[in-house]
Amino acid sequence: MSFYSVRPLLLAILLLALGACGKSSSDRAAASGDLVVRIGAAAPLTGNQAHIGKDNESGTRMALDDANAKGIVIGGRKIHFELVSEDDQADPKTATIVAQKLVDNKVSGIIGHLNSGTTIPASKIYSDNGIVQISPSATAVNYTAQGFKTAFRVMANDAQQGHVLGEYAAKNLGAKKIAVIDDRTAYGQGLADEFIKAAQANGAQIVAHEYTSDKAVDFTAVLTAVKGKQPDLLFYGGMDPQAGPMAKQIKALALNLKFMMGDGGYTPAFIKLASDAAEGAYASLPGVPLAKMPGGKEFETRFVAKYQPIQLYAPYCYDAVNVMIAAMQKADSVEPAKYLPELAKISHAGVTAKIQFDAKGDLQDGAITLYQVRQGKWQPLETIGAGR
Amino acid sequence: MEIFLQQIINGLVQGSVYALVALGYTMVYGILGLINFAHGEVVMVGAMLALSALTAMLGWGVPPLLALPISLMLAMAGCMALGYGIERIAYRPLRHAPRLAPLITAIGVSIVLQNLAMMVWGRQYHAFPQLISNQPHLIGGAIINDIQIVIFIMALAIMAGLMVVVHRTRLGRAMRAVAENQHAAQLMGVDINRVISITFMLGSALAAVAGLMVSANYGLAHYYMGFLLGLKAFTAAVLGGIGNLRGAMLGGLLLGLIESLGAGYIGDMTGGFMGSNYQDVFAFFVLIAVLVFRPSGLLGERLAERA
Repeated sequence: MSFYSVRPLLLAILLLALGACGKSSSDRAAASGDLVVRIGAAAPLTGNQAHIGKDNESGTRMALDDANAKGIVIGGRKIHFELVSEDDQADPKTATIVAQKLVDNKVSGIIGHLNSGTTIPASKIYSDNGIVQISPSATAVNYTAQGFKTAFRVMANDAQQGHVLGEYAAKNLGAKKIAVIDDRTAYGQGLADEFIKAAQANGAQIVAHEYTSDKAVDFTAVLTAVKGKQPDLLFYGGMDPQAGPMAKQIKALALNLKFMMGDGGYTPAFIKLASDAAEGAYASLPGVPLAKMPGGKEFETRFVAKYQPIQLYAPYCYDAVNVMIAAMQKADSVEPAKYLPELAKISHAGVTAKIQFDAKGDLQDGAITLYQVRQGKWQPLETIGAGR
Repeated sequence: MEIFLQQIINGLVQGSVYALVALGYTMVYGILGLINFAHGEVVMVGAMLALSALTAMLGWGVPPLLALPISLMLAMAGCMALGYGIERIAYRPLRHAPRLAPLITAIGVSIVLQNLAMMVWGRQYHAFPQLISNQPHLIGGAIINDIQIVIFIMALAIMAGLMVVVHRTRLGRAMRAVAENQHAAQLMGVDINRVISITFMLGSALAAVAGLMVSANYGLAHYYMGFLLGLKAFTAAVLGGIGNLRGAMLGGLLLGLIESLGAGYIGDMTGGFMGSNYQDVFAFFVLIAVLVFRPSGLLGERLAERA
């Protein structure tokens, strides 16, 4: 064997060894004597939604750091929470691998995943292993409709959100001819379908339903096809990396219509990417505006000081962790089987809202707020739902 | 009719973007027979470098029309250095290894570059400043803006420029000689290491131009932008006949047109049975058809033209 053929092998071994070192040193961070409890987190940390995934991870990390600083005692022992963060790449296949990895890592609970498309396949693995999962942001109806006792979410689902959006488009905005584009993910597709149902029920006509992917940047072809149908409102079911350039291309192609998105578009990144084309766009976000959240302002100040401006779901991650810890404290156990019943009937005052779950694990009385870009900023229009 | 014309324009603009990137793939393949899968990432680095230089200069109050060419130069210089480095580190040691080995290092380089870029520029999307006006021009009811015209002309000009370099200069003759037979070229006194390095640097400089154009057109830059773009451009290069400069141009434009016409009309043509979600399927279907019936691509057969 020549040196050249051995070298890549050696390099690979070296890299593996380096990776292993990195892991074990973080494991030792816990002070001796404390009971180490691992909390798993999964979100896309690479790929084109990495900015939102990192935001989720930071929200989760902040909640765990807070809990560690408080020195929580469960079952007579001081608890040190440790974050095991995994990258699911927003990819359903990777999500199941990551889920299995977290299960093997003996985590006591999961905060994640970010996308509906990853949350749903992963939820089966968590359910099979009896591990509690709270998704901060998966909104697809299917997630909690599978009958898994372990699946919870701290955000209103797409049936509620799509309904509010469709009704608002047809009634309040008076849209008669509506075009819909979705990104064919579980989230985008689910939201678009609910939107269409509600819009049609309120007398609007769906003149076009086009598709793109969650990796595309060029939408001129589908937008031109939409233009031919002359709609007065375009709804996009998808995330901000697509919504931003899409708004720009709508303007460039001189489409004269209102642009509307779900929670995936309600980010500062959308405004940055669309620049002046963002003006006037509508989006919704389950929950009340940050300023009106019970602990919103305080959370934002602390979060921004520690990490970076909130992208989207960080407060929901923070709440998801806290509600999980609250259930552990009530049950006086970190065993998922023991604290699960407590979680199901909990009532916890979070920073986003008062968190109570219904029988399926959905958030009770989820409010939904509509926003519009005005002078380069998301401004709340009105909050619909019981949580106002 | 307006809509049809608009779809043609959309396709040509998108196709020029593919063509710009495909030229880089095809040049390296033509000389080395190596598919440089890191090329998409070089495009990304070019866009990021240009963006960083641009924001810095605009911050110092340099007028935009001066800042744009300077940042393009800087990005090109940066990418040339990067291209040289990639070749030196990842490909040259493996030049006589089985063909699979450099392919694997190419994918490795691509992952390394992506992660380095993520560490340097962060995970967030960067908005690209609007420097060239996007004032729409009307052509028979269809809309095209300045930046799109620039992209189209730039792609044609670069292809023409490369043809001149390859066919009319001493360097080009050396390149063609290396493409034909490396050993023979070396025996005739061609410094093949130098020629290959220059090829990589040229290809990377093109990548920087492509990166800037893509970012300016879509108004965004991101550490992940090179991946899909690279894949599509690779498809375009294969479609046109990889290793052939005119083929890359043709393949790019064709792929753009197929995508935009496919996405625009497939829904209406099949009565809603298939929708624009088949956009990519359509493009790759054409690719498969070409590979089955004409494996060397549309223009790939003329070996003497290879470069």
